Amino acid sequence: MARLVLQRLALLIPTLFGLSILLFLWVRALPGGPATALLGERATPEAVERLNRLYGFDQPLHEQYVRWLGQLLQGNFGVSSRTRLPVLEEFLNRFPATIELTILALVIAVGVGIPLGYVAARYRGRFLDHGTVVASLIGVTIPVFFLAFLLKYLFAVQLGWFPSAGRQSPAMIATHPTGFYVLDGLLTREWDAAWDALLHLVLPALALGSIPLAIIARITRASVIEVQSADYVRTAKAKGLKAPRLRRRVVLRNAMLPVATTIGLQVGLLLSGAVLTETVFAFNGIGSFLADAVFDLDYAVLQGFILFIAVVYALANLAVDISYGIIDPRMRARR
Amino acid sequence: MTTTSGPGEARPGGTTPLLSIRDLEVSFRTEQGTTTAVRGASFDVHAGETVAIVGESGSGKSTTAMAVIGLLAQNGHVSGGQILFEGKDITRLGGAGLARMRGTDIGMVPQDPMSNLNPVVRVGAQIVEALEDNGVARGAEARRRTVELLEEAGLPDAERRAQQYPHEFSGGMRQRALIAMGLSCRPRLLIADEPTSALDVTVQRTILDRLEQLTGELGTAVLLITHDLGLAAERASRVVVMYRGEVVETGPAAQLLTDPQHEYTRRLLAAAPSLASRRIQIAKQSGATEAVADDLLAASAEAPPAAADDPIVEVDDVTKVFHLRGEGLFSRGTDFTAVDHVSFTIPRGSTMAIVGESGSGKSTVARMMLDLLPPTSGTIRFNGEVVGGERADRRAEVRFRRQVQPIFQDPYSSLDPLYTIYRTIEEPLRAHGEGSAADRRERVLQLMDDVALSPDLLRRYPGELSGGQRQRVAIARALALNPDLVVCDEAVSALDVIVQSQILHLLADLQQRLGLSYLFISHDLAVVRQIADQVCVMERGRIVEQGSVDDVFDNPQQPYTQALLDAIPGRSLALAVGD
Repeated sequence: MARLVLQRLALLIPTLFGLSILLFLWVRALPGGPATALLGERATPEAVERLNRLYGFDQPLHEQYVRWLGQLLQGNFGVSSRTRLPVLEEFLNRFPATIELTILALVIAVGVGIPLGYVAARYRGRFLDHGTVVASLIGVTIPVFFLAFLLKYLFAVQLGWFPSAGRQSPAMIATHPTGFYVLDGLLTREWDAAWDALLHLVLPALALGSIPLAIIARITRASVIEVQSADYVRTAKAKGLKAPRLRRRVVLRNAMLPVATTIGLQVGLLLSGAVLTETVFAFNGIGSFLADAVFDLDYAVLQGFILFIAVVYALANLAVDISYGIIDPRMRARR
Repeated sequence: MTTTSGPGEARPGGTTPLLSIRDLEVSFRTEQGTTTAVRGASFDVHAGETVAIVGESGSGKSTTAMAVIGLLAQNGHVSGGQILFEGKDITRLGGAGLARMRGTDIGMVPQDPMSNLNPVVRVGAQIVEALEDNGVARGAEARRRTVELLEEAGLPDAERRAQQYPHEFSGGMRQRALIAMGLSCRPRLLIADEPTSALDVTVQRTILDRLEQLTGELGTAVLLITHDLGLAAERASRVVVMYRGEVVETGPAAQLLTDPQHEYTRRLLAAAPSLASRRIQIAKQSGATEAVADDLLAASAEAPPAAADDPIVEVDDVTKVFHLRGEGLFSRGTDFTAVDHVSFTIPRGSTMAIVGESGSGKSTVARMMLDLLPPTSGTIRFNGEVVGGERADRRAEVRFRRQVQPIFQDPYSSLDPLYTIYRTIEEPLRAHGEGSAADRRERVLQLMDDVALSPDLLRRYPGELSGGQRQRVAIARALALNPDLVVCDEAVSALDVIVQSQILHLLADLQQRLGLSYLFISHDLAVVRQIADQVCVMERGRIVEQGSVDDVFDNPQQPYTQALLDAIPGRSLALAVGD
């Protein structure tokens, strides 16, 4: 297992290297180039030229790239043209918010999706099954931002059950040692602060988790149906296994194999979905910041954040691969 | 008590049978309505007795067994009759009652060892859970017992093996684990559903011996399901023959073999390859030449071995090495020699068989012969031309592909499910630009006639055909371009015995009429005995013995060949010849 982790971490290096080239070229290919972006549309040619000389944009591409890469390796990701703060600092400030949101969304998706898919498979062809299939179809088709607006309007504006925006009520006085607000509240025993942060998370997490939930439910359903008719399930019945053990050890455990892969793929979906959800709920995470950066053509932020997200995505998939090895002994042997 | 009104006569001094099936009817609900898979089946199994149900696929033999253990597919149910276990009708028990009987009263050893173990749980733990759920033993006691059970089933090093996962086991080891599992709670009746048909013959034999010994010691009654009459007769005291959902004949094994009453049993007996080769041998010993001529397929019986100076294929010192990837990040991997300095020649118009167990390299030879794999060293010549990469021009390759055609094992997966039968047979003609559409149509019709397929089937799809019909289609397709050599890779292994025998006759007949040469790859020595002129016995990549079929089969020189021959079921049976 240790070898697998090392192997995958080693693979991360060429992946990030390739991505950095793509990012670098993409930014240079944008109309007007970085200088126009920094100075705005109405910049004078003299200003553009001065800036190009200052930042080295007039040098050959490969030299620029090498310099940029050198800076990245020293931890210098540049400065946001909008907030005038280092990109790394901006990222680290907002990252905990997005992680908190993504984790809760994933918990909802897995915690509801797997039982729902399992129940649908067991009652295959009956009302419960059809209901689940239709609901999951709706879940996959509704765009995240639309569902986010809907949830916000219904539960925050009309019913007032949940707050409509932000990470914590402005009136709440809380200390934030880690930046994970729910965790902070628990650590500092400020229970009301933790509860308040959690309430702020519910609606965005529901909106964000809806598509993964629907996908996980469908894959679980299909997988359980397939496993139920496997030879080894019949053999397990023939040797007299009782229902609880049959369901848990034989059916569910085998049915989880494709589901685990799906969950890994959902992490990417969650990170991209966060851009929309965070914007709707004015949730100050990397998603909403990235959305703003796109509108402002904040190159340093775009480059830096996309690289960071790639690392997070790769690590999340590594975690899924490791879990796959835990569920399926054959995977351990294959490596 | 001896007046029991059963089809199987009550044993002298017999008591209540352990299992008594009375007028059993099993139906399945399908989209086309209800189909009845078993009709009016009746037979008994007494305590400690082994009874075999024999029949081809679709005969209802497995369905009957699954009805007994209450594990019919979801859409199936017992729609009539009784299944009496110790006099109690278990069809009235309902799901929960039947579930309580499974494991403790009725156990099962399933067919395919590859798919019947839970892949994500250790082998030992899969037996421990059976012991625990049936209240036989718990915790450490159950684990100790599991090791005993695995040892009992003949698994070496059982203590360590119990900690491994199924994928770390070979097929034979898995089947031993499944036997240990089936017998773990000491059921009084064990259902063995084709317990060894997925294994190599030599492994098959040791597993069956072990199963027989174990159930004998424990006094377990066995309901053995098999398609092989020879195997049934060898292992069971009584045999039940099923055909199209009905029991057509029941009786003591010896009686059924020597004096079959029902027409279907006679056909089954005539077709069973294991018995056929036995018959040939007996016939030869008693000098009954007509019986031999009758049994041996035309080609091998009459056709004089073609002149050896006109070989169609010359395989000279061929070796194939596969590179296996290593475990580690930087490991170089290892080389695996699948075929090791193999040489043989096939005289024109004759059949060369290669026999061996899985992993012996026989299929690799076939693939090299078809030029699907290049040999690592050595040469293969076809009609004097070297097969493989060195052929300079493309036309030589096209010519080669026309002259050498394959027939593969699985008629279910080797035909394109989206092509009609017509299109399937026509395709090679089209690909090679043969004639006009009308010419091709005529040729296809003629080919269908050659392989005895009705022209009605032209517009059908492979999914609508039986296994035997599909294999005929595959043969017709192979013959479309008038090849010189046909490579049959386990071409009849997936077929029921009667169909198998028909296809073998067809191949022999075509050989005689068209002067074909065959390279016939098989694991089944009994089949080889019927079709081949020459045979190579392969073991771990090497040819260990080579010669004419009669020499090799009657006077095997190598212990491995002897072991393979001994493993054919039905060797020990007394058989009436020329009845």
